[in-house]
Amino acid sequence: MEHLLNMLIKAIFVENAIFAFFLGMCSYLAVSKKIKTAFGLGIAVIFVMVLTTPLNYLILEYMLKKGALGWVHPSLETVDLTFLAFILFISTIAGAVQLVEMVVEKFSPTLYNSLGIFLPLITVNCSILGASLFMQEREYNFVETAVFSVGTGTGFFLAIVLMAAIRERLQYSNIPKPMHGLGIAMIITGLMALAFLSFSGVQL
Amino acid sequence: MSVETASAPAVQESKKEGLFSKKNRRALSDPLDDNNPITVQVLGICSALAVTVQVKPAIIMAIGVTLVTAFSNLIISVIRDSIPGRIRMIVQLVVVALLVTLVDQILKAYMFDVSKKLSVFVGLIITNCIVMGRLEAYAMSQKPWPSFLDGIGNGLGYGIILVVVAIIREVFGSGTLLGFKVIPQWAYDMGYVNNGMMMLPPMALFLIGIYIWIQRGRNPKLYNVS
Repeated sequence: MEHLLNMLIKAIFVENAIFAFFLGMCSYLAVSKKIKTAFGLGIAVIFVMVLTTPLNYLILEYMLKKGALGWVHPSLETVDLTFLAFILFISTIAGAVQLVEMVVEKFSPTLYNSLGIFLPLITVNCSILGASLFMQEREYNFVETAVFSVGTGTGFFLAIVLMAAIRERLQYSNIPKPMHGLGIAMIITGLMALAFLSFSGVQL
Repeated sequence: MSVETASAPAVQESKKEGLFSKKNRRALSDPLDDNNPITVQVLGICSALAVTVQVKPAIIMAIGVTLVTAFSNLIISVIRDSIPGRIRMIVQLVVVALLVTLVDQILKAYMFDVSKKLSVFVGLIITNCIVMGRLEAYAMSQKPWPSFLDGIGNGLGYGIILVVVAIIREVFGSGTLLGFKVIPQWAYDMGYVNNGMMMLPPMALFLIGIYIWIQRGRNPKLYNVS
């Protein structure tokens, strides 16, 4: 139990998707101009990540790993399909995003209106595929995968909302002309990453 | 009928157009500076920052991204008329994933240590915004050959930033370049110390920020593009 809590804190703060691995920087920079939209994207990312990472774990465990197809027929014990991981992972994510879009549109039009534009963007958010690939590389089990996906999603949410809050204030500050927009956003992200470095070593 | 008449002059034009006409050369050279994917289009920043601690992985990554962008642009451009609009995203992703799988398998077979260092970032070429961005913005509406050049140009534009940042980080962070010592021993003897901060993730962000500052300072056209 403590181990899982530790993992959660590590995924949110110490190894934050944005500040330690730069996953999902594109949408982070593009959508962090207003707090409200940043909030919507953050929630959508958490949702899709918690849905797809465990799903990809199941695919990896019962279809792709060496010997994973043994449950179909004993003669398939020697088959190793791990090289198909990229294609299946991204298909799961694209499919899940499409599914979520349709379900949300049908059952909660208000939520759809607030998330609508961001859902297609999420398919190509590096942090979602990144979570699945880290799960594969670090050989987590199912519960760990679930906790890890919640943590990574929350970390992204935290980062993008913080950034949006800072950028809203930035509009009134006096910045050198060439640094407007992207330049200053990079520097601020760097400063925030420095601040997040101080979490390293935090353990329960 | 009207479609045919509209496309006929276009075909003629393409026959006159040379393999390296002005337009094609621009498709290749624009992304290197004025329309750089990272500093101007704001695409593909994720991996640009994470693999720049050393020069060698950065070069390999740049080559990988260039190949994937160029060939996915080519393939999508060839089949662009037969992709249904609603599912084009999934078609694009499958093509890109296929190419990335190839790159990953080749790296694993011939350069295992680099492949370990790049870890998940090879796989993340799939969601690298440069690839998807160029497919949507260019390959879906242009002919195969210019699309291919556009892919190479954007891959190289991405590679330039990667290599510049990686050189600065490796030289000042660990005193080496491609693994060879470049800071002489007497400098260390006189009290020079490697800057450990260069090895940390935030430094990549600062360096790209400064690069943007210099680039836009030289070229006022780029103010406020993003």
